[in-house]
Order: sequence, then structure tokens, then C-alpha cells
Amino acid sequence: MDKIKGNGEIRVGVYICHCGTNIAGRVNIKEVVEFASKLPYVVVSREYKYMCSDPGQELIKNDIKELKLNRIVVASCSPHLHEHTFRKACEDAGLNPFNFQMANIREHVSWVTKESKEATEKAKAMVRAAVYRVVFHESLERKSQEINPNVLVIGGGIAGISASLVVADSGKKVYLVEREPSIGGHMAKFDKTFPTLDCASCILTPKMTQVKDHPNIELFTYSEIEEVDGYVGNFKVKIRKRARYVDVEKCVGCYACIEACVYKEGKFPDEFNEGLSKRKPIYIPFPQAVPLAAVIDPATCIQFLSGKCKRSCQQACERGAIDFDMRDEIVEVQVGAIIVATGFKTFDPSRIPQYGYGRYQNVYKSIEIERLVNSSGPTGGEVILRDGRKPQSVGIIHCVGSRDKNYNIWCSRVCCMYSLKLAHLIKERTHAEVYCFYIDMRTPGKGYEEFYHKLMEEGVHFIRGKVAEVTDWAITPEEEGKLVIRVEDTLIGVVRRIPVDMVVLAVGLEPQPDADEIRRLLNISCSKEGWFLERHPKLAPVSTFTDGVFIAGACQGPKDIPDTVAQAEAAAAEALSLIDRKKIELEPNTAWIDEEKCSGCHICIGLCPYSAISYNEERKIAVINEALCKGCGVCVAACPSKAAQQRLFLDDQIYAEIEGALL
Amino acid sequence: MKDNKFEPKILGIFCNWCTYLAADLAGVSRMDYPSNIRIVRTMCSGRVDPQFVLWGFKNGADGILIGGCHPGDCHYIEGNYKTLRRYLILKRILREMGINEKRLRLEWISASEGEKLQRVVREFTEEIRNLGPISEDRAFKLQLAEHKK
Repeated sequence: MDKIKGNGEIRVGVYICHCGTNIAGRVNIKEVVEFASKLPYVVVSREYKYMCSDPGQELIKNDIKELKLNRIVVASCSPHLHEHTFRKACEDAGLNPFNFQMANIREHVSWVTKESKEATEKAKAMVRAAVYRVVFHESLERKSQEINPNVLVIGGGIAGISASLVVADSGKKVYLVEREPSIGGHMAKFDKTFPTLDCASCILTPKMTQVKDHPNIELFTYSEIEEVDGYVGNFKVKIRKRARYVDVEKCVGCYACIEACVYKEGKFPDEFNEGLSKRKPIYIPFPQAVPLAAVIDPATCIQFLSGKCKRSCQQACERGAIDFDMRDEIVEVQVGAIIVATGFKTFDPSRIPQYGYGRYQNVYKSIEIERLVNSSGPTGGEVILRDGRKPQSVGIIHCVGSRDKNYNIWCSRVCCMYSLKLAHLIKERTHAEVYCFYIDMRTPGKGYEEFYHKLMEEGVHFIRGKVAEVTDWAITPEEEGKLVIRVEDTLIGVVRRIPVDMVVLAVGLEPQPDADEIRRLLNISCSKEGWFLERHPKLAPVSTFTDGVFIAGACQGPKDIPDTVAQAEAAAAEALSLIDRKKIELEPNTAWIDEEKCSGCHICIGLCPYSAISYNEERKIAVINEALCKGCGVCVAACPSKAAQQRLFLDDQIYAEIEGALL
Repeated sequence: MKDNKFEPKILGIFCNWCTYLAADLAGVSRMDYPSNIRIVRTMCSGRVDPQFVLWGFKNGADGILIGGCHPGDCHYIEGNYKTLRRYLILKRILREMGINEKRLRLEWISASEGEKLQRVVREFTEEIRNLGPISEDRAFKLQLAEHKK
């Protein structure tokens, strides 16, 4: 504190926020206000119920004008929440916004401290640290940078499709990248959607076609993100277009190549049908695929395995679309914003051995039943067992892999509703007796509870209880040849054995297995479960902590189609709102070199991860290119002569803050 | 603070993108931990100048906790690796200065690890409480005396 620079009289205003009872309930505000008023340079110290409210901000603005304050400290919540609010208030009152410092006495004090006395003491220390620091603050200019108007969307499920269309319709260019050979995602596999029983492909396919035909959307299927460089407004993205061995431009999806394949019948599990049917090495994922083009799977194609195929597919193609020499291609695009919509994966029920998936052939996962009931599925929409029989009785087990601390603790949100939908469809197609085994029925949503009531009226049996096991061990003649579901019916308090022909496991939703790689590529965070983390769970649900990167759909957490679409369109709106600003103001926390002090030792140059520092041979000093500097401060910490400094994080500021925190 | 038991002063220097957010998350999730820690924010743990640590000890910290992103997760690509290097050297320096090196700790705590933050702060506070005040570190005492002359 003693080495304060002579930059005029310093007049600090301190404002302590009650945050309703969030802070005031634990911290003795009066005591902190009194304490702050006695700190050096403090001219005024006040309290208010909600500092972030209009009257709270007015308080600051008036004081700046009337008391000629030139430094402001607000002790309230995390700077991640309201730093910009209060900086703006300072700016509105004519004070440079960087003469502001926030003390986090909510997240870091009142919410994590049990004893009121301790919380008050800690709050005082945090306020003192902020006051000591703010004294060393200085006015700074924000630099602005132009924003590239293009948008990258990662993931071509319903979330990615919806987001792409909104952005593209506004006239902006969209690059849509999908890993699979066709867009459509999980939704393309469904027959009907709950609770309206809309035909999924009737509502999805037109959107997929729109994507294909849209002049502003460039579609990359069978492609993945290789590298992301840059920052908000100016991302450089490398996309790996995997070789599909069929030229998408030339292929018209006539199936001639597939018919001509040396394999007369499909031999390999069809991914789109969840392995319930077989495909050939050359295939079109599904009849409504976009792009409607064949793809060759090199892991099963004889030409790739032995090089000795007669290549009848190539001969059959009149348009010469098949190219066995195709290589992966790297395409680089530049975008201003990125929307991540990479979706989810379904829980693998073989992890719960007592449910018999993989052991009993008549135990299915729900996503397989989605294909069975689908009229374009492997059975043409007929619900039949693997031996061709029609099931007389079907048991649907809810919460498989969800709400279970042994697997996933979360509720997957969609399983109750899709189980009801499947119960309805199975009953409609087979007239079987259908039993639903549930822990709790969770049907919040427009028309959802009504759908549940409809199902009860249809005569579906609802048994409340977590299923203990699925077994083929019959103990009565009626159970012979059937699967027996053992469950405690908790509504009547007895253990029951329900024999059925078919068991459906309502599997939960999990993060994609490679979500962690995407997270690293984009520098965003995941929750501990592996879902992408939003900036704020309520007020910034599609933003991330990395500016310019937005998230939508089930990659952020389990959600149904209406919520996914709503979130995707919100992400699109956020991206557009960013882009239409045309310019972005950058946080001025960049580093610079004090030429007088620099000895030209080169230490900082090798440390900079962005190669922003170069050596000026003529003047024998290091020079920082501030356009490249991202403001990490690594060079500043290393400079032996203190020539490198970082704005907003000057040594003096941090020393003062540490001193204030510990005094 | 409780009577007769020594209550250490602890300084936390946390990076903006991971550990500071973990502390925010711990707050939002109402995970209580000892109030001894005072948190200072830097953009990257790589901004932590070793002198911040020495300055902290000089100004009365009994323990200092540096928090950064997990290896490979640094918001600035590799700042945390530089932190690790400096930390290891700094521990040696502390040892030579007669300060118990356990008083300095580096932890990787990601934005989603509120629970880890709570656990680490609890552990570290307890550890420092058991070590006693830094002025009891023998050589540190001598140096302070030297300094006063």
C-alpha cells in the first residue's frame, strides 16, 4: 500500500450487497460496512438489499457523480455473474469501467461458511483485499475486433439441424459437421414421438432436406472436428472429411451399387437398425438419409481387406461415383461462433447383468424397440421376437442405468415418456399385455401427464417397484418358456413374479464417450457426469465459459425433443446476436513489455503458448503482439526484471490484494 | 474462530477458468469448508509468480494453495505445466529457507469439481492447523529476527 503511485486523489466507494438473505443471512452486513468505511482511501461505504438491481446500481452512479468517486468495490456474488453489470454502471456514470473490483462474499463466503462470526470475518478480509487492490487499478481501453459472420455447428441431430436452419435462414453461412454418414441423429431412428404420437420422420425428414437444399448451409457428413484454434469471433477450425469412397456429389442414391455388391445378402450388423438387421459393406444408412448417398465400410469390404474384389459395385455405378482411392481430406474453415450439439449415447444395459441383456435373446433395449416399431425398420413395423413369434406379454423396465448410484445417479428425463409411447405402440401392434415397472412416474411436460392417463385407460399395467432380476428359471408351468420379471410391488407390499415373452429395458442417457475430446478441443467444461457445462444453469443455459461457444440439446444434459429444439434455437439466437454485433470488445487483460526494464533475456519468448512474443534484434528487447496475446500472464510471472506486465493483473494489484486478504 | 485451537491463515490463488469456478460451484452447491482460506483470482495458474507465494508467507499466510486446471485442460494451452515446474522449484527454495514445504500445495481442480475443492480445502486447513503457525518454523523464525535487525 505504501508504494501507491501519485495518480491523483483516490476516492473509493464500497458497496456491500445483502443479496436478499443469501449474504445477509450469514454475514453481519452492518459490521462489514463499518469495517470498510475505515479502510484507506474509502470515502463512502454503503449496503443495499440487491446491488445488481436498478436502485442498487443507481446508488453507485449517484455516488460517482456526487462524491467524485474514482474507484468502486462491490462485495456481492462471483465476478463471473455480475462483474459486467457493475462495470457498466461505472461506465454509465462516466468512470472508466476498469476502476472497479468485486469481492466475492456470496459463493466464496456466505454460502460455504457455517458460522456467522467466521463468515463476517472472512467477508471483511475479502472486502479489504478488494479495496487494497482497486487502489492500484487504472483506466484501460477495450480493443475491438471484427467478428467472422460464419457459424460452425457440431452434430447433425435434431439440435444441430434446428440450430443450423435458424442461423442459415438469417442469411449467415453455416458449416454443419456430422460424424455419421447421414444427418438425423437419434430422432431419425424413432417411429413416433411422445406425447402427440407425431410420426418422427414426417417432421424430421423435411428439416433434413431443408438442410441439404439450403444455400447457406455447407454440410460435412462422415466428418469430425480435428482442431479448433482462435477465439470468439475468429475461430479457425480444421474438419476431417473421412473417406466414404463414394463421391457424394455424383451419387444419387439409386442402390444399384448395393444390389451389385458381391455379397448377395447383408452380412454385417446394421448400425442404424441397432444390429437387428444386416447390411452389406456398401450401404445407405436409411432410405431418408441426407445426403442420400452410399458409403463403403472399409472394415468389411473385400476390396479393402484383400484387394481382390471384382468391384461389381463400381461397375454398376453409371455415374462413376465410387472411388476406392479416396483419402481423408482436411478442410479449414473460419467462423465467429460455434454451436455444439453432439447429443448423447444410450446406456449399455449389459452392465446390469441381472437384467439379462445379451444373455436372453428376448431382452431388448428400448432403442431396439424403436426400430422394431418403425415401419421402415427391420421388420417393417411389426413387433416380433427374434424367433418370429408375436409377444403375448411384454414387460418394460424403467430407469435402467438411471437413478441408480451404481450406474448413473441422474434421471434421464425421457425414459418414462418414451416407455409410455412404446407401451402404446406395442399394444397397438400386438395387443399384448404390457407391464411397466417404474420407481416413480415422471411426466412433467405439456400433455405428458394426460398421455400417462390415456395409457392407464388403455389397460397398460403399472407396477411400482425396482425390478430385482429377469430370469428364465420357471417355477410354475405358466412360467415355462418365458422370462420372469421378479419385482417387489411396493404399492401392495408383495414380491411378484411376472412371466412375459419380451422384456424392454428403458435405458437412460449418457454423455457421448468422446465428449471429453470435444471439451478439450473447444476449451469448454464438463460437469462431473460428463455433460457440457453451461455458463449459468438458469440465466445462461446455452452459453459456455468460453465466449463464442454455445451448447444445445442432450450434450448439455438429458432432454426430450421439444426442449432440445428450444435450446438449439436459443443457441442459434445467441450466436446470431454475437455475430450481428459485427465487432467484439476484448477484455484488456493483455500483457506488455516495459522497454526500459527489458534486458532481452528471451525467457518470456519461449513460454508464450501463442507465439505472441518476438525479439526485436535492433532494440534488443522482447515485444508482445497484443493482437495475439490472450492474457494468461505466464510471461509476466517469469520475467526476472518485471518488464512484462499484465493489465488488470498487475503485480502491484495482486500484491496489494494478497496483503489485504491476509492482514 | 474456535478458542485455544490455532486457526491458520490460508491464501488460495486460483485460476479464473477452473479452480475459481470450482469454488463458485462449491458455493452454489452450499458445500461448507473452513473459513480460513482467502481466495485471490488470476487468469491462469501460470500467472502465479513465485514471489506471490513468498509475499503471501511474509504477509502472514500459514499455508498457500494454488489451484489450476487439470493437465491438458489449461484454458491457455499449457500454463499449468509452467505452474507445476515453478511449484517444484519453489518447494525446494522454501525448504532451503526453512519453511516447511507442506505449507505450499498445488492442486488441479476443474470447474465441475466443487466437491474436490471442498475436500482439498478441508484437508489442507487441517494439515496447516496441525503444523502450527509459520512463525514456529525454526529457520523462518531466525530469518524474521534477521529481518527485524
